[in-house]
Amino acid sequence: MLILAIDTSAVASAALISDDAMEGVVDSFATEDTRSHAEVLAPGIEELLAGAGVSSADIDLIVTGVGPGPFTGLRSGIATARTLAFAWNKPLRGLMSLDAIALEVAESTGAPAEFLVATDARRKEVYWARYTLRGGQLPELADGPHVGFAADLPELPVYGAGAGIYAEVVKADEDFKDTQPNAASLGQFALALLAAGRELPDSTPLYLRESDAQVPGPRKRAL
Amino acid sequence: MNPAPASEPLVLGIESSCDETGVGIVRGTTLLSNTVSSSMDEHVRFGGVIPEIASRAHLDAFVPTLQESLRTAGVTLDDIDAIAVTSGPGLAGALMVGVCAAKALALASGKPLYAINHLVAHVGVGLLDMSGNRMSGNRLPDNLGALLVSGGHTEILRIRSITDDVELLGSTIDDAAGEAYDKVARLLGLGYPGGPAIDKMARTGNPKAIRFPRGLSQPKYMGTAEEPGPHRYDWSFSGLKTAVARCVEQFEARGEEIPVADIAAAFQEAVVDIITSKAVLACRENGITELLLGGGVAANSRLRELTGQRCRSAGITLHVPPLQLCTDNGAMVAALGAQLVMAGIGPSGVAFAPDSSLPVTTVSV
Ligand SMILES: [Zn+2]
Repeated sequence: MLILAIDTSAVASAALISDDAMEGVVDSFATEDTRSHAEVLAPGIEELLAGAGVSSADIDLIVTGVGPGPFTGLRSGIATARTLAFAWNKPLRGLMSLDAIALEVAESTGAPAEFLVATDARRKEVYWARYTLRGGQLPELADGPHVGFAADLPELPVYGAGAGIYAEVVKADEDFKDTQPNAASLGQFALALLAAGRELPDSTPLYLRESDAQVPGPRKRAL
Repeated sequence: MNPAPASEPLVLGIESSCDETGVGIVRGTTLLSNTVSSSMDEHVRFGGVIPEIASRAHLDAFVPTLQESLRTAGVTLDDIDAIAVTSGPGLAGALMVGVCAAKALALASGKPLYAINHLVAHVGVGLLDMSGNRMSGNRLPDNLGALLVSGGHTEILRIRSITDDVELLGSTIDDAAGEAYDKVARLLGLGYPGGPAIDKMARTGNPKAIRFPRGLSQPKYMGTAEEPGPHRYDWSFSGLKTAVARCVEQFEARGEEIPVADIAAAFQEAVVDIITSKAVLACRENGITELLLGGGVAANSRLRELTGQRCRSAGITLHVPPLQLCTDNGAMVAALGAQLVMAGIGPSGVAFAPDSSLPVTTVSV
């Protein structure tokens, strides 16, 4: 089973995940910045495939992060994944992007039984979700994803870059204060879910916010 | 990545700069398919294009539109020689969807990708072989200009070479003409999109009933042919929109019924008069003898009529492509892409960024 995973909910990232590889990850890349997805994603995937000597025929499944994340960036990954899946005639599934961080928390030492994952939603808000952990198992989504002010989060330890930004108001985990969702962890999560016989959702984006458009009110009449 | 053949290349074009998701396929100058999915209906209640709504619609429409376009043309992705995509100008978030999809398509298929200018593509569509299209074939006429009028743009261009020499002679300095139509239609309660609504209403009105201002027509902006002013070939429609609003308010304040048809006719006359007079002036003073009319507002009956009249009296030959090729579409992107391939111009690769304000002088990135 070889998965091409893509996530652009925060940074742009892609990974090749295989159940034959050590730790599952054949190779991966991730940018640092959150604003150059359209430039770097396609060249990044091109290099990733070439570097691993993988051709489209080797890929069994494409998995894309479906957010939540800033809209324009998020769409660049989903548009890329959907088009690759069409052109290569491969199945496509989606996974909530915060799951990527949740998996990394579960694999870290001293992970609590219940925790939050948060990323930057801009406009002074965070995207967040609550997870529970039972010994040795995959993290389970217990609530979310939501978008809201950091100060309004439940009182639980918070992991991810969304906690780092608002460390003064949330219980931010120091080791995870810069952590963004990335395709390598997302792909590993997808592989683990499939191995456990679970279904993965489709690639519908999780915007969580409306488009902000205002229906104009009636024109004021001059009296 | 193999270079595309220089003659009769099969090119797939992708357009997503505003609210139309377009995928078109051409072979050289022959149109094979032109599939467009519009999110216009979703913008009606807002009275104008909402960029985020347009972007969401592009994401969901792209693959089905691509599939339909390939099916209509009767070709597969393997058959395609090159891919072209609008990389600007346009709405940033909307462009991003088409550009990412185009890059993924290029990556998946190994085909060369051309990032092209949306405005120049409006001209490129005029090169497609169509009945009644005198510009058909591989050669553009000498002394060619283009007048582009739509909800997103109002420009007059001079085209010396469609692949590498396009000059912006003039443009709107504020609203696009189509935007002005939308705003005035809202003022008059005529619905969205404003262009067809006002055009229809204007037919029953008297265009001379009210005199609305012609923007940037004063001598200080115009100057003379020898010493042109700062906006000789430029347009401005925001003052006109304000004038219409004042006019409506005055009727209301007097408790009189608003003469909607007359206002629509007079507004349309002001827009069309200033667009065509400045366009023809720019043509005469720049030796342009053939003018292509493009953009969605080319559908406007009065604009076509007056542009035709004024071009005829100035000895300018007017070309108006079929309407479905005037509005934003993928075929125009493919048509320009094919011209670039046939001219031996190199592809753009997959590392370029979309540019919402791409200058018209940049035909391909
Ligand atoms: Zn256009």
